[in-house]
Amino acid sequence: MQDAQAPACLPVPGLWSSESRDLILPNGGTPAGTSSPASSSSLLNRLQLDDDIDGETRDLFVTVDDPKKHVCTMETYITYRITTKSTRVEFDLPEYSVRRRYQDFDWLRNKLEESQPTHLIPPLPEKFVVKGVVDRFSEEFVETRRKALDKFLKRITDHPVLSFNEHFNVFLTAKDLNAYKKQGMALLTRVGESVKHVTGGYKLRSRPLEFAAIGDYLDTFALKLGTIDRIAQRIIKEEIEYLVELREYGPVYSTWSALEGELAEPLEGVSACIGNCSAALEELTDDMTEDFLPVLREYILYSDSMKSVLKKRDQVQAEYEAKLEAVALRKEDRPKVPADVEKCQDRMECFNADLKADMERWQNNKRQDFRQLLMGMADKNIQYYEKCLMAWESIIPLLQEKQEAK
Amino acid sequence: MDSYYMLKNNFLLKKIEISVSEAEKRTGRTAMNMQETYTAYLIETRSVEHADGQSVLTDALWRRYSEFELLRNYLLVYYPHVVVPPLPEKRAEFVWHKLSADNMDPDFVERRRIGLENFLLRVASHPVLCRDKIFYLFLTQEGNWKETVNETGFQLKADSRLKALNATFRVKNPDKRFTELKHYSDELQSVISHLLRVRARVADRLYGVYKVHGNYGRVFSEWSAIEKEMGDGLQSAGHHMDVYAASIDDILEDEEHYADQLKEYLFYAEALRAVCRKHELMQYDLEMAAQDLASKKQQCEELATGTVRTFSLKGMTTKLFGQETPEQREARIKVLEEQIKEGEQQLKSKNLEGREFVKNAWADIERFKEQKNRDLKEALISYAVMQISMCKKVGGWYLTLLPVCLDSCSCFSLLLGCIGICSHF
Repeated sequence: MQDAQAPACLPVPGLWSSESRDLILPNGGTPAGTSSPASSSSLLNRLQLDDDIDGETRDLFVTVDDPKKHVCTMETYITYRITTKSTRVEFDLPEYSVRRRYQDFDWLRNKLEESQPTHLIPPLPEKFVVKGVVDRFSEEFVETRRKALDKFLKRITDHPVLSFNEHFNVFLTAKDLNAYKKQGMALLTRVGESVKHVTGGYKLRSRPLEFAAIGDYLDTFALKLGTIDRIAQRIIKEEIEYLVELREYGPVYSTWSALEGELAEPLEGVSACIGNCSAALEELTDDMTEDFLPVLREYILYSDSMKSVLKKRDQVQAEYEAKLEAVALRKEDRPKVPADVEKCQDRMECFNADLKADMERWQNNKRQDFRQLLMGMADKNIQYYEKCLMAWESIIPLLQEKQEAK
Repeated sequence: MDSYYMLKNNFLLKKIEISVSEAEKRTGRTAMNMQETYTAYLIETRSVEHADGQSVLTDALWRRYSEFELLRNYLLVYYPHVVVPPLPEKRAEFVWHKLSADNMDPDFVERRRIGLENFLLRVASHPVLCRDKIFYLFLTQEGNWKETVNETGFQLKADSRLKALNATFRVKNPDKRFTELKHYSDELQSVISHLLRVRARVADRLYGVYKVHGNYGRVFSEWSAIEKEMGDGLQSAGHHMDVYAASIDDILEDEEHYADQLKEYLFYAEALRAVCRKHELMQYDLEMAAQDLASKKQQCEELATGTVRTFSLKGMTTKLFGQETPEQREARIKVLEEQIKEGEQQLKSKNLEGREFVKNAWADIERFKEQKNRDLKEALISYAVMQISMCKKVGGWYLTLLPVCLDSCSCFSLLLGCIGICSHF
């Protein structure tokens, strides 16, 4: 069974190939057909360049849209259309359009985690929603989910290694994903064994400084985001309650206006003004809920999955160190380090390299995402105040109007 | 309250300036010899005689709220056709959680001080009330003023029926204008009360929104500590949140001033209603007097002609126990004739009184309507101006946040977008 081969100009994607147990060593002994890997950092540089030049050298585009509700006897669910455009050789056709449901995304993510354990896999929006509380089929919920799923796929698309993953390819192209899934089950057990075999039960003495720093950063980061999420939710709640009162406040001016003669128009004007401000506030609150909160949640989930990847890395290092120690204790005079210890070392070094590269790209993306988020929040607030400003400014002339002499 | 308008309607104010400049906590003894704490207010009167507009302090004395109440009650009795300016509220009402309901609270005392000054200015600028001696003495005679007021005996003059606000007196020929006005004053009271209640809740909620934003300040600051490139942007955002949260106190203090303006007219509505009520009672008394006169005339006629159509006790007893003597009848007729004469006089003067009242009351009501429309328009304008300045202030802060977020981003369109928004602020 042919592996999804990387194009000749790029290095072998990762250490783990789902199709074979053999470890591909970066230091030599690479199977024919693949070139020696360039360093991850130079790869990253190349791709950063790609990112800056808006899609000019990009050869893969993926979009998630068009949610549709399916009503079956057993269940009701939503599918999304996934459109892929690519010039890559891995794709037989230049364009694909398939429909997928959340389950399929979940499957994809799991496969990616299995097959690319040294990389950071982007998070999916939350799987479970409390059925009574949230309407899974409401427009807002579906749209929020669609955006998150689109982001998920785009992140994978942007990743120099993940985007070439075979499962990803099948996800984007296969007419019948379920058939492929069933196939994969058999392989799962084999891989599962190998993974277990390698990464079980070693304890790391100390994390190297740079990874410890990443770990600490992620801990604080997730904590702060969690706090911000709670505050944001509280703000939305307070704004909604404020809105409720505003909605009662405005109309009272109308009631008053009905009693008056000369004051009728000014009072009616004030009532309308407050109504406009209420509408503007509702928009702001909706935007907060739809655009701001999901990004916070996404990054909290991201942090969690990243921390577990860090732990896996620790495991790999621990295994290497244990084996190295065992060799040293054997007091043999062998100058050559046994093959399996060498393998461990390579595994560790590759993991470290992949992780560092991914961390850097994650930091860049995070910066961009949060910059956009803060700007978006500022912008939405500015729009709200602009609307209120215009409403109040427009009634000043009305209020100052002198009544024509009766 | 703009003293400019006062000077325009220049009556007493032409010659003097009135201000309630200070408030002071005092302790004293009640009539029951119990210790009490109250607030006294300093009333200063200045005469503006000199050509250069300089004012000289002519009088300064301390009064407490109860004395203001006494003055007002006196004015209500002696000028029943006038819409008498109201006092600021006795107890804090329509409070939202941050406002104190305590009468000794400094903010409440300050707002009351302004309200009392406003009351005096209103009285001083009223064409009729400003000439009142008792009012003049209120401003100038500290000691003995209470005794002087009580000596007028106004409490005796006060119609106790007025206290029963909702008691209905069936008036056969009500004056339509007054009926409509009374209805209007009821509606106005109701709608302004509602408005003030909801406004207080709105203020409460807005306070909550602003204050929760304040929680962002600290967490953004803490987050900025772990970031390299984003640090500045986050620090700035955190700082803005703190400033935003702190700004609500001033915003709501300004709004409280607007609420006070509305409250004045809430109480004015009561004063308006009182005038209608007095007219109603006057009309009722008139009708009762006319009715009484008519029945007496009828009685007289029957006695004279011997026919009994109207019921009277004497008539009944006469039927039961025998006729009365002609002398007795004559005597009765004479008494009745006297009463009728008196009654006719009284009815005449009551009618005159009534017409005077309607004329004067209606003049004052027209004056009041103009004042009300002017004042409330001003209040709405200043409220709108408050909102505008708030929007500009807060919107402006968010605007200053943008460039920091832009950072090293060279996205041209975003910069252009910012410039576009700048033009509004």
